[in-house]
Amino acid sequence: MRRYDTRDIAVQYLAPQTMTEAVQALAESKGRVHVLAGGSDLLARMKGGYLEPDVIVDIKRIKSMSVIKKRAEGFSIGAGVPCIHMGRHSALKKAWPGVVEAAGLIGSDQIQGRCTIVGNLCNASPAADSVPALFAAGAMAVIQGPKGERIINIENVVKGPGKTSLKKGEMVERIQLPVKQARSGDAYLRLTPRTEMDIAIVSASVNLTLDRAGTVTEARVALGAVAPVALLVAKAGKALIGTQLDDEALETMAAACRDACDPIDDKRGTIDYRTRVAGVLATRAAKLAWQRAGGK
Amino acid sequence: MGNDTKYKARTFRAVGTRPVRPDGIDKVTGRARYGADFSMPGQLVGRVLRSDVPHATIKKIETAKAEALPGVKAVITAKDLPDYTDGDEELYAVLDNCMARKKVLYDGHAVAAVAAVDEKTARAALKLIEVEYKIHKHVTDVDEAFKPSAPVIRKDCFTTGVKPRPKKASNVSACSEFGHGNIKKGFKEADVIIERQFKTGQTHQGYIEPHACVGSISPDGSGDLWVCTQGHFVYRQMCSQLLGMDQSRLRVTSSEIGGGFGGKTHIWIEPVALALSRKANQPVKVVMSREEVFRASGPTSATSIDVKMGVTKDGRITAGEATLRYASGPYPGSWAQLGAMTAFACYDMPNVKTTGYEVLVNRPKTTAYRAPSAPMAAFAVESVIDELAKEISMDAVDLRIKNSAQEGTQSSYGPVYGPIGIGATLEAAREHPHMKAPLGENQGRGMACGFWFNFGGQSCTSLNIAEDGSVTLTVGTIDVGGARASLSLVVAEELGVEYEQVKTVIGDTGTLGFNEMTDGSRGTFASSMSAIVSVRQAIVQLKSRAAQIWDIPVDAVEWKDGHAVATGRGAKNRQPLSVADIAASAAKTGGPLAGHAQIVADGAGVSFATHICDVEVDPDTGRSTILRYTVLQDAGKAVHPTYVEGQFQGGAAQGIGWALNEEYIYGKDGRLQNPGFLDYRIPVCSDLPMIDTQILEIPNPNHPYGVRGVGETSIVPPLAAIANAVSNATGVRMTQVPMSPPRVLEALDEHLAMSRRRKRA
Ligand SMILES: Cc1cc2nc3c(=O)[nH]c(=O)nc-3n(C[C@H](O)[C@H](O)[C@H](O)COP(=O)(O)OP(=O)(O)OC[C@H]3O[C@@H](n4cnc5c(N)ncnc54)[C@H](O)[C@@H]3O)c2cc1C
Repeated sequence: MRRYDTRDIAVQYLAPQTMTEAVQALAESKGRVHVLAGGSDLLARMKGGYLEPDVIVDIKRIKSMSVIKKRAEGFSIGAGVPCIHMGRHSALKKAWPGVVEAAGLIGSDQIQGRCTIVGNLCNASPAADSVPALFAAGAMAVIQGPKGERIINIENVVKGPGKTSLKKGEMVERIQLPVKQARSGDAYLRLTPRTEMDIAIVSASVNLTLDRAGTVTEARVALGAVAPVALLVAKAGKALIGTQLDDEALETMAAACRDACDPIDDKRGTIDYRTRVAGVLATRAAKLAWQRAGGK
Repeated sequence: MGNDTKYKARTFRAVGTRPVRPDGIDKVTGRARYGADFSMPGQLVGRVLRSDVPHATIKKIETAKAEALPGVKAVITAKDLPDYTDGDEELYAVLDNCMARKKVLYDGHAVAAVAAVDEKTARAALKLIEVEYKIHKHVTDVDEAFKPSAPVIRKDCFTTGVKPRPKKASNVSACSEFGHGNIKKGFKEADVIIERQFKTGQTHQGYIEPHACVGSISPDGSGDLWVCTQGHFVYRQMCSQLLGMDQSRLRVTSSEIGGGFGGKTHIWIEPVALALSRKANQPVKVVMSREEVFRASGPTSATSIDVKMGVTKDGRITAGEATLRYASGPYPGSWAQLGAMTAFACYDMPNVKTTGYEVLVNRPKTTAYRAPSAPMAAFAVESVIDELAKEISMDAVDLRIKNSAQEGTQSSYGPVYGPIGIGATLEAAREHPHMKAPLGENQGRGMACGFWFNFGGQSCTSLNIAEDGSVTLTVGTIDVGGARASLSLVVAEELGVEYEQVKTVIGDTGTLGFNEMTDGSRGTFASSMSAIVSVRQAIVQLKSRAAQIWDIPVDAVEWKDGHAVATGRGAKNRQPLSVADIAASAAKTGGPLAGHAQIVADGAGVSFATHICDVEVDPDTGRSTILRYTVLQDAGKAVHPTYVEGQFQGGAAQGIGWALNEEYIYGKDGRLQNPGFLDYRIPVCSDLPMIDTQILEIPNPNHPYGVRGVGETSIVPPLAAIANAVSNATGVRMTQVPMSPPRVLEALDEHLAMSRRRKRA
């Protein structure tokens, strides 16, 4: 394992080669310990002087964590996989276009080569792009820690802005997406004033499964940037089930989305704007997901 | 020839071609040296402590703990920059802005600085400085600050330009008026009158390279400053005055520049670096962070503008009136004055009146931003003109053509125009295929015109010919937008040599006489005029050397196509001599060959542009996408057309950012909320369409080649062109920029609610 100090910010840098080493390093290190994945949040915050960790544990040298695998239980995306690899994985893209698009929206080409969806999740920003898509997809987080492995619903990872439910010594090893069902489709849309290099003012993701007749049998609707954490809006999903996405169903869903919003007024947008556009984006995402699921 | 710099029609050989830029490879490979790339042995890191309150009196600054920290070599406050300004109020404002003396006046105002052995120590030292403030009420909004009830930022601020002089202090530092005719009469003659109020957000120039410098003052009192600047001579002048040095004791060397747009015409950290160096007796490098750049350097004015215009049914504008309130930061400025001068400058106005108010606010000191103050005034006026056109059912371009200023028109700010290009850009716009392209649902087209004065001023250049005949032109006006390429072309043209034979460099302040800054679009205009005079001086020498070599009288030698040519009886058997031929024997004919020029480049020639823009507005989110954009502008003569097009496109791109998303956002606490590129949204490449350009060439009679400045005018029309396009796409008149998605959606809602109410009534 390599250890060295940087000159300006005295921080211990560890680069374990295996998962076990990484968990050990996280558990045994004293002070403020941070996992380093792509670093596009962590390093930016350190350089800005907002965060001064004592130890950082780089996980990019752990080979087993840097792969996308198709398993019996669905796709597994390692915590070290840069988002650009998701975009180049045609089977993953075909199964989960919404998740891949969400991950592909993060930053720019340069950022894409580094950033990870687990970093996006664990940074715990309410506006993180990939998170609503993972919620809608019904993803699970596989967590490793000193006490072994635990697998939790993705919604249970983030507790509040900048806060996760990870305990001392724990890290997310990978994200597990469910097996893609027949006649299903997902979509993610965000509103940013710019086309890229921007942060979502509002975002919405929808994942639908249809029966042979084209009626929605399962629906998950998630929103980003409208509350302290991303929201899975059960009522909005329910509004679509049993329908063929008629205007009334869509409006009921949009209203449920608006009701669920608990945003803030800030430099990026007003409460009114965010609430209203949440309904707009959810409607558009639902239509797109429906199309992808084969709805006509 | 000689010093006669009037325009003469000619055919060009080098000028007007598009050679590869001389600074390109070094810039794209990272070899070019920018402000922060300069380093000295023993150099310290300087950092500035900035106020986190918008308005307060400094009761006490305790620096002892910071000074005691190992690795800290100097801590300075305003005490270490004694006041040498000698009653010069403008310079005092600069000094006070560099380091707050009694009061902090905005979030980000410098209060102290440290020099330490490394970054980490410097940061730690800043945290050890304790500042005790007595907090005052603050005001950041221009309209709020204008009100008599607003907290008064400066007790000594009594509005100038109004009679009688007010007895009560206010935040209005000055009032200025322009115009002619009788507006009352003019409005009486109008069939349609439109009156509107507009607001524009405060924008930053957004240069990618932050302010950076290394200052070094030796114990003998002489100093060096390496710095990223738009004007090293002006930096020398101001820094030496503020430090109490003779100007010649301070040598300023400029770096490459990663954008300035006006923000680097002003000093911020440079006197601080020098004062730190003086105290620490070591060189000190200061580099601003992006956050510091936003909080404490350069923004343009936020504005609030009222416009009233009248027109007859057949499209004759009869009167125009504008009241312009421009925020200048906490120090007096003359930004509203520029707005008041430019507002109606595109048109032949029989009756016109503009009034500008300079308004103090607790925000950073306003600095020039590309055609400073003109874009906001154009936004207001050009929006109203579009509405007038609609009201009288006339095409917006035709209405403008009908009223455009021409040679001989008295401008709205006073002078009578010479030959100008507003009419020509409008005619070209009318004929442009963009005007006829089809539009889809939720799409709209807008157009607008813009004006800028341009400037020339003092310039000094040296031309030196090496023994091999290659040529170096040394200029003292910074190359911000590609002047080196253009000047090499001009020298090649005038001397009659190849472009590749000429290298243009920027000299430091020790090598040339005073040069103005690269502002007012003067770089290529003024430097090329001076360069041409330099070449002509050199040609005089070249001819006399040829005469010596041939042993014939000088007046039997002519200069043709880069060669000395013998004429008359002497011509026989005498092959023309090239620059290289003559240079080879310079040692024997009188020494080095050179041409030196010092001039005041008068007659910059005003500049006009017309822009056309297509936009699509998402009616459910209020988000706008620019679909197509065309710039038509008069360049006088485009020396290097690619650079000219780059200037056209750059101004449009910045204008698009300003129109759609860029703005300073202040919290209730008076602190800047978005000091970074994430939330201060300049456009990225994918936000912009390919910006089309059309260069018109209406020669400037006051430049040997007809050149006009081109750098600034292109930012003047975009706010209005885009606002007109958005208004045409949505049917709702937008009166506030930026037209961010929430703001547009709100306007659409209001409009909808209003038309519903109307229907019910
Ligand atoms: C220019 C720029 C543009 C950006 N644009 C966007 C955007 O459009 N949308 C968006 O959502 N975000 C954006 N971001 C933020 C950032 O890029 C994303 O959040 C990214 O996904 C973070 O991933 P990372 O691998 O770089 O995380 P890192 O910076 O490495 O880590 C982020 C946080 O998560 C923790 N962490 C990382 N991996 C693990 C793990 N395996 N287990 C436990 N904790 C872990 C780290 O300790 C740290 O606290 C942008 C950032 C920049 C600099």
